[in-house]
Amino acid sequence: MPALILGRLVLVEARRGGLAWLAAAALAAGIALSAFLTQLAITESRLLQAAVVAALLRISAVFLLAAQVVASVRREIDERRLELMLALPLSRTVQYLGRLAGFVALGAILAIVFALPLLLWAPPAAVVAWALSLAFELALVAAAALFFAMTLGQLVSALGATAGLYLLARSIGAIQAIAAGPLAEDTLVHGLARRAVDAVALLLPALDRVTRTEWLLYGTPDGRAYLSLLGGMLIYTALLAAAGIFDFARRAA
Amino acid sequence: MTRDERALRELPAWLWLALALALAVQLAWRVQEASPSVRAADLPPAPSAAALRLASFGEPEAAARVAMLYLQAFDYGGANASPYRRLDYGRLVDWLSAILALDPRSDYPLFAAARVYAENPDPAKSRLILEFIYREFFADPDRRWASLAHAALLAKHQLRDLPLARRYAAAVQRYARSPDVPLWARQMEVFILEDMNELDAARIMLGGMLASGAIRDADEARFLRQHLEELERRLASPSKR
Repeated sequence: MPALILGRLVLVEARRGGLAWLAAAALAAGIALSAFLTQLAITESRLLQAAVVAALLRISAVFLLAAQVVASVRREIDERRLELMLALPLSRTVQYLGRLAGFVALGAILAIVFALPLLLWAPPAAVVAWALSLAFELALVAAAALFFAMTLGQLVSALGATAGLYLLARSIGAIQAIAAGPLAEDTLVHGLARRAVDAVALLLPALDRVTRTEWLLYGTPDGRAYLSLLGGMLIYTALLAAAGIFDFARRAA
Repeated sequence: MTRDERALRELPAWLWLALALALAVQLAWRVQEASPSVRAADLPPAPSAAALRLASFGEPEAAARVAMLYLQAFDYGGANASPYRRLDYGRLVDWLSAILALDPRSDYPLFAAARVYAENPDPAKSRLILEFIYREFFADPDRRWASLAHAALLAKHQLRDLPLARRYAAAVQRYARSPDVPLWARQMEVFILEDMNELDAARIMLGGMLASGAIRDADEARFLRQHLEELERRLASPSKR
């Protein structure tokens, strides 16, 4: 399977590039932070540790994976290795999906490793739900980073676009709530702005509803709602992959 | 991760010197700067719950707890003989409300309100916090009864305001229905009524609790029955009132 070979190459590159050390540093920072927080809390010390460490590890995993994807793809393009790959008897779809599969697998490994310390403060079932959700979230991030790295010309713009999409998707729920809040004026301009925000939300994944810290603190989510959240991530990942393949197919060799 | 590099000894001396000098200047600069401290600073106005939610980037539970740690740091320290005395309690209540709105299931804001901020020696400030606890209790009585029960104790012992203590105790007794609510919390109103010398009201309330079947534990029921008999004896002999 040529696609699997491409995926394996992605994992080998991540290992040789020192990603494991960065992941270990993020884990150490999380555990050190938890030890610090427990000195400050006057109540709910276990919940405080779980909440803050989970939030830190989640954003670390996203940043590490996005940076890895963008740097790896941009290097491949800048060193003209991509052109070499295009000369191989492999369809562009297989090449694109093979890379994406490698990055998704990398995300899954990060999700498992980053979920392990949470077992110190949260029940195993909640940690499993959190880790699986993080793996799906990282798959989406990998697809977004791959799309932007292939599409945009520069490393900084690709990283910036990935971060922008991710942060907007995580805060769009709060933005919608503010736009529809009771203090909002009932004017035509405000109505239009609110509809614009709702329209933007339709184009974004619901990242504010996945990998929830509350699962670790207050119990696992309802099964059907949970599967629906994972399904939403899968659909958006497929959309990004389709957009990426579309752009890659148009690319001149 | 390996890369081709020259040996350290091959670097020119001025480069070593420049690096050491830059590091020394940085350290000296930071040493002469005052370390950031919020202990003596005024508490800024609270952000709205919506603003906090936006800033949390979808992590309201973590943001709520970090905000509590931030709030805790104000006007508190080893050299402060009376912590939180200078704190603007109007702003404090706004902060606690916003944090509680961010994660309504967290016990932290109400715990800190009841156990830390309400114990302020200034009765006006203490009352402000107690009323905040009372208001927020009704949103989730089964989760928040402990803070209101503590508020009732503070109203009774610290403020010596028995009607206020009774109001809080009555709310716990009437609205907290969870089996986790212990006997002492549920019968607090009875004891406050006794302290107010309202023995008749206390007897009626205790009798009502027993008759309603709300007390399922046999030991609890026996203890309350003994207490009811004691009350009835005291009512029968007015000299002991």
